[in-house]
Amino acid sequence: MEAIHDRYTDLETYHLHTIETKKFKTATIALKFTRPLAREQVTERALLPFILQKGTEKYPSERELRLQLDELYGAKFTINSTKKGENHIITFLLDIANDKFIKDEDQLMQKGLDFLHEVANNPKLIDGVFDQDIVSKEKETLENKIKSIRDEKMQYANMRLIDEMCKEEPFGIHAHGYLDDLEKVTPKTLFESYQKMLHEDRLDVFVVGDIDATHVENNVKQLFTFDREPKVDIVRSEKSVQVTPNHVTEAQKIQQGKLHLGYRTNVTYQDEEYPALQVFNGIFGGFPHSKLFMNVREKHSLAYYAASRFESNKGLLFVFSGIAPEKYEQAKSIIIEQQEEMKKGKITKDELVQTQKAIIHQLKETIDQPRGMVEWYFQQVIGNKSWTSQEMMEAINKVTLEDVIKVANKVQLDTVYFLTAEEGGNDSE
Amino acid sequence: MIVNKLEIPRIDESLYQFQLENGLNVYLYPKPEMEKTFAMFVTKYGSIDQKFIPLDEQEWTSVPDGIAHFLEHKMFEKEDGDVFQQFSERGASANAFTSFTQTAYLFSSTSEEKGNVETLLNFVQDPYFTEETVEREKGIIEQEIRMYDDEADWRLFFGLIGALYKEHPVRIDIAGTVDSIHSITHHDLYKCYETFYHPSNMQLFVIGNFDLEEMKQLVESNQNSKSFIEPGEIKRDFGKEDNEVFKKEEVIEMPVTTAKCMVGVKEKIDQLNPEQLLKNELVRDLVLDLYFSKSGTYYEKLYQEGLMIDSLRLELIMEDSFGFTAIGASTTKPEQFAKEVKQMLLSLKNETINEKAFQRAKKKKYGELIREFNDLEETASNFVSYFQQGVDYRDAFSVLENVTIEDINEALNEWISEERISTCMVVPEKE
Repeated sequence: MEAIHDRYTDLETYHLHTIETKKFKTATIALKFTRPLAREQVTERALLPFILQKGTEKYPSERELRLQLDELYGAKFTINSTKKGENHIITFLLDIANDKFIKDEDQLMQKGLDFLHEVANNPKLIDGVFDQDIVSKEKETLENKIKSIRDEKMQYANMRLIDEMCKEEPFGIHAHGYLDDLEKVTPKTLFESYQKMLHEDRLDVFVVGDIDATHVENNVKQLFTFDREPKVDIVRSEKSVQVTPNHVTEAQKIQQGKLHLGYRTNVTYQDEEYPALQVFNGIFGGFPHSKLFMNVREKHSLAYYAASRFESNKGLLFVFSGIAPEKYEQAKSIIIEQQEEMKKGKITKDELVQTQKAIIHQLKETIDQPRGMVEWYFQQVIGNKSWTSQEMMEAINKVTLEDVIKVANKVQLDTVYFLTAEEGGNDSE
Repeated sequence: MIVNKLEIPRIDESLYQFQLENGLNVYLYPKPEMEKTFAMFVTKYGSIDQKFIPLDEQEWTSVPDGIAHFLEHKMFEKEDGDVFQQFSERGASANAFTSFTQTAYLFSSTSEEKGNVETLLNFVQDPYFTEETVEREKGIIEQEIRMYDDEADWRLFFGLIGALYKEHPVRIDIAGTVDSIHSITHHDLYKCYETFYHPSNMQLFVIGNFDLEEMKQLVESNQNSKSFIEPGEIKRDFGKEDNEVFKKEEVIEMPVTTAKCMVGVKEKIDQLNPEQLLKNELVRDLVLDLYFSKSGTYYEKLYQEGLMIDSLRLELIMEDSFGFTAIGASTTKPEQFAKEVKQMLLSLKNETINEKAFQRAKKKKYGELIREFNDLEETASNFVSYFQQGVDYRDAFSVLENVTIEDINEALNEWISEERISTCMVVPEKE
């Protein structure tokens, strides 16, 4: 274990985070552009990562851009878009070998920064807008991606659950965009969205690795001199109260049913009870020792997987399980019962202690990975609360049974979604 | 006992290796800068090991499909409860997987790593199977199989393997079928266990934040306190497989919105020689990079022709007894994709690679090799997998440094030919 040196610098128009660590053989650089989720912009923002990887002024085709990455000793580069709470985030991520392990090379970090700057700042343009041909091809790519969510049953069920649950809230907006809106995208409108991203979004830059923070900071400052005037910042969600649970069932030609439940936790990252929420989720369904796994899978053999996961910024919790279609009622009541028991305090000291250890282990595992490190720091930005991993671990250890019971009573079931087999879709041979 | 210090000069690190009297091979790789310790206890026993002569017997025996995976599930259950619990009590997370050739039990922990290693060794070396516990597992595994049945990528991959191979058991689903798992008994499990879980067929790899000397003593005294029968050679039978593919084409109809297609090249058995394995694998990898990665010329062509959606899926598998390369994608034109990729593969022989492109591809591989050492799981699993095939993974550095364009040209002559190519498609069901 080593001490981690992190440094945060506010550079007027963006925020720089440098994290010095000797754990990794590579350095990771991330640019995160954030703005509030909005239906009007989300489809174009979902399309941008595809377009921006297809070429720049200096590397005018995808192939040339990738050849440059090969030249940088196989630097790994992606751009993606996601949501975190009710924010939409476009992330540029570059992972590049530390040149101290490479003969005759000592400028890799600088070249990596140059590359990122080029991709973010100088996309390939024709007559001042994106290339029509690339835009139409990539619209097709995104169209296919959106359509094929239906083929990934777990992902589809999860999306449908959130659709039903957050109909009236920004969180319900699909981060991957909408087919209806995609039709209307033109090279010009897309370019305008890109410019908004570049100039108006909140921007956070992260550099993680065996680096010299001062040196990196100077380089970044010199290079990243965008003409920026940020107009938006992180949004933090309103908590919404739920009345009676909503039940939705849908049928497809499938072998295995997907039973997904959505809850409102009424606790988010800044709240005092956040550590207790983590522990609640851990006892409920976060681990193989959790109540869901032990009861749905081990005791009743109903599923191969049964687990829960919580969302820190909006205050949601989801349960996932894959069951035989005819076991719906039984599985549902077992899942619901697990929370009811926790409300009443049916939690053993062992469950509590095991879960605390497991959460601390998970946290340490996260910061043993370069990307995990970036996400740990970025969550603090989104969640508007900064603490060290040490402080988080202490807080987890201080959580008492009473704290967990209190949280268990705040968590409310909102929606039960079931993706089941069409009639005759599941003939057992 | 001799402890070998294995240096990896290119990344300035070392690990330690020794073999115990019972035959177990142990690797210890201390990395004090990490929070975590990761350990895997692995047997060279996977889904393909279906026909064998049990240890201490003379006759060949065959067992039901999916039994190695079933056995893996059942190792976690003991008379006094679930082993996951013991790891959980120390905040560790445990898991296991079964592949074509391996069953691996693993944990990662950030405290009490010695206790966890002890638990890992003990639970894998203490089988407990009864009729009742075996029956109860069938429902869970049936759900696992049905989950895979709904996954188009999984079906595509196994559909392709089933077309490439006629006899070799790699063609069987790792988890078996709903029917085959229902015929498994606890007697079958014991028979497989006794044969394949002998320490001489296993490896222990521990990497991360732990004390070398203490860990070494723990493993040694733990193993010395147990007794095992004399190790013998395990005889396995994979059937007689031709070099040609079984079927040129496989089509699977499924309720999907987008079609998928995969083209595979089956390896000739003489390409799987352990002494050449790293090199043979590397040249294939370099060729895939030069032509089918995002910086490759064929990739660009497939994209321009609108034959693939988003990106290509590349697979390269080379084991003792089977091997293949596969190139796949989601596509609106599966037939054309199949035809075009097949044509590309066959035309590789006529392409010339220039020195600059070759050096760049080598650079890329070098950076990737270094990056792999960020990841404890990947490092452990590379060392163990190659060890099982008689290869020292550290040689990957020198093999890469020494590879030449001539090596690629030579390999291309042996690697790809028409009668060893199959295609597989997953297409939407007809209305």
